[in-house]
Amino acid sequence: MKDTKNSEANFEVNVHHVTRVEGHGNIYVNVKKGIVEKCEWSIPEAPRFFEAMVVGREWSELHHITSRICGICSIGHTLASLKATEAAMGITISEQDLKLRKLALHAENLQSHILHVGFLALPDLCGVGSVIPLASSNPNEVKTVLALHRTANDMSNLVCGRTTHPQRLIPGGFSKIPSMKELANMRKKLQESIPKIQAVADLVKSLAAKLPDFKRETEFIGLTNPDEYALYDGQLGSTDTGTAPVKEYLSYTNEYIVPTSTAKWAKHARDSYMVGALARVNLNYDKLTPSAKKVAEMFGLKPVCHNPYMNTIAQLVEIVHSVDDSIRLINELESAGLQPQPDYHKPEIRIKAGSGVGAVEVPRGILFHDYTYNAKGVCTKANCVIPTNQNHGNIELDMKALVPTIVNKTPKEIELSLEMLVRAYDPCISCSTHCLNVHFV
Amino acid sequence: MKPKVAFFDFAGCEGDQLQVANLEEELLTLLGQVEVVSFREVMKEHSDDYDIAFIEGSCTRLQDEDRLKQIRKNAKIVVAIGSCATIGGINALKNYKNLDEVRKTVYGENAKLFDTYAARPIDAVIPVDAYVYGCPIDRTEFLQVVKSLLLGKKPDIPNYPVCVECKKNENICAFERGQFCVGPVTRAGCNSCCVNEGTVCWGCRGLVDNPNENSHKEVLIKYGLTVDDAIGKFKLYFGWQEAKR
Repeated sequence: MKDTKNSEANFEVNVHHVTRVEGHGNIYVNVKKGIVEKCEWSIPEAPRFFEAMVVGREWSELHHITSRICGICSIGHTLASLKATEAAMGITISEQDLKLRKLALHAENLQSHILHVGFLALPDLCGVGSVIPLASSNPNEVKTVLALHRTANDMSNLVCGRTTHPQRLIPGGFSKIPSMKELANMRKKLQESIPKIQAVADLVKSLAAKLPDFKRETEFIGLTNPDEYALYDGQLGSTDTGTAPVKEYLSYTNEYIVPTSTAKWAKHARDSYMVGALARVNLNYDKLTPSAKKVAEMFGLKPVCHNPYMNTIAQLVEIVHSVDDSIRLINELESAGLQPQPDYHKPEIRIKAGSGVGAVEVPRGILFHDYTYNAKGVCTKANCVIPTNQNHGNIELDMKALVPTIVNKTPKEIELSLEMLVRAYDPCISCSTHCLNVHFV
Repeated sequence: MKPKVAFFDFAGCEGDQLQVANLEEELLTLLGQVEVVSFREVMKEHSDDYDIAFIEGSCTRLQDEDRLKQIRKNAKIVVAIGSCATIGGINALKNYKNLDEVRKTVYGENAKLFDTYAARPIDAVIPVDAYVYGCPIDRTEFLQVVKSLLLGKKPDIPNYPVCVECKKNENICAFERGQFCVGPVTRAGCNSCCVNEGTVCWGCRGLVDNPNENSHKEVLIKYGLTVDDAIGKFKLYFGWQEAKR
């Protein structure tokens, strides 16, 4: 690859396994005489067939199995799974458990977003290959990111009993809950994290000029809720078509097969759509907390923003929102008086046949689990639609729109812009190749 | 010179590499002792010159075997991390299905393009020198294994069932609570973490080397359970180990 600028350029960009993303994805671009001949985003990750694996398993195991679709968003998968099982069997949960589940989701969004902003995206803005050199060049900043990451993990531990593949979240509620004293300690840690987040936001702001100024109009899809910034619950929302009930999700996701990819792709009103933090901020900006909006204003992030690179900034905004909202939830739990529950709690469940859909906003976007159970509570059919699958099509169309605008740059610069684009989506490829839609009988 | 280490992943959720990132401050200490030369999930740089290779995930298709063999050739020490890599993990649930059927239903006419075979642990393809069990791995145990390897010692991994730790933690036995638990045959080392959180042992660390089957049968009889109940639960994590037995 020649590293010179040339409008008559002939070159290839071939990134075999993009780094600093979860899972394996490849970028291939071929330019001849300055014209883009091929521009492709492909997913060679080994498929894992989860939907086939859960068929024949009992209702009490599904959340445990599907949590393993993804290590980074295992809490989100567990919650989507529990919501699907609970919808199928008509199980309700208490107000207290609902608040605790929302805390669990905030903990994961915080952990995942901090990891992405601090460890995966920041090195590009600093012009280094990973966070490792930053540990010696910017030790204070790295320590701040690590401390925030620890706080988020402490919160997962406290609410879920573990940081990855949670244990306490079970159908109908929780097997164990934290004490009010532990929650109050957590609130203190969250309050202490606010100036640290501001420091990270200031650092990113000082480097924000490195974020490419690129725009391609697209559709944004996510949960939306008139009462709150929708994460745990809401209706389906689209910036193009408005709202719809969650059970109509298949008419939104329209998954299809692409030969170069072991993951499925999706489209709705246009050729592709985007999910994730940017989609949520675009759909639900008004419901953000005032200090989260302030961070959005710092970066000029306003709905509807069509620059995918701004997804990282939207994550930063959500970090602030999740901290604020977690503090609010703990305050509410405190004022309502935390109701204790017996050790090894196992909610009474009346098993019955039925189907149910659970939708949750996880770090990378809207996630659907859809299960059918027989009268014995054994799963007969399952479908999971993963955020990253919904983004694959949008990533490739962004690449196709981006490359012609930067074709005069050096191949190295082009490669970096494309890698940064993929990273901005924070793709979770293990997730997205959990399986294609298996109709297993 | 600091030993060079590399991380690789196959079919899995990358939750084990996340536990390495979750070391946080301790990770900085670890980075003082080793040089990370390849870790696709967090760094752009890559080198094939490494001493210790950590591998996450199962091998689920023939085409991945070459990559594994190459890693074995490059590394002095190969360490399998997590359930998928050490015992096949939850991936092996699919081994109970007719794989050709699954693949055809999934990919239709293109089935042949997408290779798959029974999910298996790394040591079913290449020799493995050390194991960090669990789904996900425990980051403290990971550090202990790394320390042992750096000192040239064999890591000390328990070969007794989870029940030993669970009793020490004074948990009420899951069977007494009317739930099924695979703790009696599962390798300890997790400090019975799931039971401590109010649930049951699911078996993610795999079978102990010599599970005491007779004693386990007695437990089943005592609580009015059948061998079929047990087999159903064993499928969750023991698929590959059971098929080999």
